[in-house]
Amino acid sequence: MTTQQKTRTLTMAQAISEAIGQEMERDERVFVMGEDVGKYGGIFSATTGLYERFGKERIMDTPISETAFMGAAIGAAAEGLRPIAELMFVDFFGVCFDQIYNHLAKNTYMAGGNIKLPAVVMTGIGGGYNDAAQHSQCLYASFAHMPGMKVVVPSNAYDAKGLMIQAIRDDNPVVYCYHKGIMGLSWMSYFEGSTNEVPEEAYAIPFGKARVVREGSDVTIVTLSQMVQKAVLAADTLAEEGISAEIIDLRTIVPLDTETVLASVAKTGRLLVADEDYLHFGLSGEIAALVAEHLDTIRLKAPVRRLAVDAVPIPFSRPLEQHVIPQVDGIVAAVKAQLATPIGL
Amino acid sequence: METTSDRLLWMYRTMVEIREYEETMAKVYLEGKLPPKIQKGLAFDIGAGPVPGEMHLAAGQEPVAVGVCAHLRDEDSVVGAHRPHHFAIAKGVPLNEMTAEMFGKVTGLGRGKGGHMHLFDPAHKFSCSGIVGAGAPQACGAALAAKKLGKDWVAIAFFGEGAANQGSFHEALNLAALWKLPVVFVCEDNKYGISVEKGDSTAIASNADRAAGYGMPGVLVDKNDALAVFEAAGVSIDRARRGEGPTLIEVKTDRYYGHFQGDPETYRPKGEVKALREHDPIPALGAVLREQGLLDDARDAELREAIRSKVQAAFDFARHSPYPDVAEAHRHVFVD
Ligand SMILES: Cc1ncc(C[n+]2csc(CCOP(=O)(O)OP(=O)(O)O)c2C)c(N)n1
Ligand SMILES: [Mg+2]
Repeated sequence: MTTQQKTRTLTMAQAISEAIGQEMERDERVFVMGEDVGKYGGIFSATTGLYERFGKERIMDTPISETAFMGAAIGAAAEGLRPIAELMFVDFFGVCFDQIYNHLAKNTYMAGGNIKLPAVVMTGIGGGYNDAAQHSQCLYASFAHMPGMKVVVPSNAYDAKGLMIQAIRDDNPVVYCYHKGIMGLSWMSYFEGSTNEVPEEAYAIPFGKARVVREGSDVTIVTLSQMVQKAVLAADTLAEEGISAEIIDLRTIVPLDTETVLASVAKTGRLLVADEDYLHFGLSGEIAALVAEHLDTIRLKAPVRRLAVDAVPIPFSRPLEQHVIPQVDGIVAAVKAQLATPIGL
Repeated sequence: METTSDRLLWMYRTMVEIREYEETMAKVYLEGKLPPKIQKGLAFDIGAGPVPGEMHLAAGQEPVAVGVCAHLRDEDSVVGAHRPHHFAIAKGVPLNEMTAEMFGKVTGLGRGKGGHMHLFDPAHKFSCSGIVGAGAPQACGAALAAKKLGKDWVAIAFFGEGAANQGSFHEALNLAALWKLPVVFVCEDNKYGISVEKGDSTAIASNADRAAGYGMPGVLVDKNDALAVFEAAGVSIDRARRGEGPTLIEVKTDRYYGHFQGDPETYRPKGEVKALREHDPIPALGAVLREQGLLDDARDAELREAIRSKVQAAFDFARHSPYPDVAEAHRHVFVD
């Protein structure tokens, strides 16, 4: 960002809709489909104001038919259009996953590279406001697990805009996951660190470049999405006790910036992964494995630790929900435990 | 429920109970969610208060629930959707445990782990889901089980007109007709799927017309009237019980509140709800009962008072119940 650029403070929701609007102005092939994206402006305000500007031909309310409009995004993308399909909650992918993982993600490959599918699947993720087991999951690792989809998971408004513009310009399928609890909605409490300065003009943030949110020397916290904001608060607390945490915001998990992660862990010697997706067979295991595969060049001072949702659906009841989703004090406690647990033998 | 007059009275009482429940919930739901108790700058906080999370209320849609459930027995199954309270109440789900569930208390139907869109009461053969369109296939399964077990039980799938555009709905209809399952599909056309009007989501005016494409009768109940629903449902449920297969019913009904509590409803024409409330189905049925000498002012006041205290008792029960211990979070991923 150069200093002459005009910026203002935007919420993540405003940043996303601004990005989409600017790309729609630049490129008339871009259009949006989804439930309540039109008049309502998106349940999580990701398309606010766009219906009024671009009309119902380009901001299209769909029936509640996820398979149909997800499939339509594939067909339209194959014809050269650049659809953005909003899946209101990521949890609903169950209804339309065949279109996503067997087609959107694979057609380019099966066609030997002869088909381009420049579609964005934009979706709301995350819990913390008691929406229970079918409306609170993250599931980004499920997309990342399967080849053929880029997966974007922003933590703040500045990144959200640049990554959305990149997602729209990318010639590949991109799954863009915004956490509801950092959108800056007027009806859901959120982490204020996610609302920040955003330049007025369009800019793209390249995929696969993690951001070092804060430098530190004792431990590397690898994280993403809303958990970045929790990690920042945890690092503040840790700093008061003389513990210096480095925070890496992955920003995209496909592609994954392995270099930044490895360099940081090599420096600090400790890795904590803080994640809101499921623990098993997921992102935190992937990062831990990455480090394990590089122990020839990395000397760990403590065993790797992972914080994530441990093998249970998200419970409705508030105390239970707060318990299963990693929180700020859980991050603080995990780091302290790590510092107190040197490598054995 | 033996005689018709018993059923009429039951429908009236149950509609009053549903309305009282929803209106009470609308108030309680707001507790703790408004400034100055919440994060600065917010107008409302969905995750705050004694009943956090989403809340979809069914005031106005009572006729659908009571008109159908008046024909049901304990052994019949009901599968609802994300707006489930009216169906649950009409199927006999106990108010105390249902309310405690929405407060996230350990005394709730699901020990606080399900919440308002995920009410499970196997004792009363009631379940529901927050995934639009999920219910119809599951009702087919309950009907299939009845058939395999040699019982004359029926299953009801309740869902909105928005859900009728999901593939799952269409697959379920074909399956039910193909296998002649004792299931009745009941579509509540409350005109909206969140903000999207039916005309902007569905290419034909009545879902009842879609039934023909699957080889089953389709019935349109074109007014929000308990007796009209009662009549249509009676024919369909009897037919299903006799083993003659499924029916699709669509009922034109009215949503008095927003899609969820906190919905700004900017998509809704001003004055629409006020106009709808002028045709409130509860006094309409009350008038029929009065004509038949089944209800008078004194009796009405008495039953309303009893319902008020029942609903109040349920909310008190929920409020005073304990939260589950956090260890509860790790139980029941699998059966114990
Ligand atoms: C598969 C799926 N898609 C979308 C949603 C989000 N959603 C919840 S309720 C709703 C509208 C449902 O409309 P309708 O079926 O008419 O029921 P109503 O709310 O009017 O009772 C939508 C889109 C969901 N819960 N599940
Ligand atoms: Mg509806």
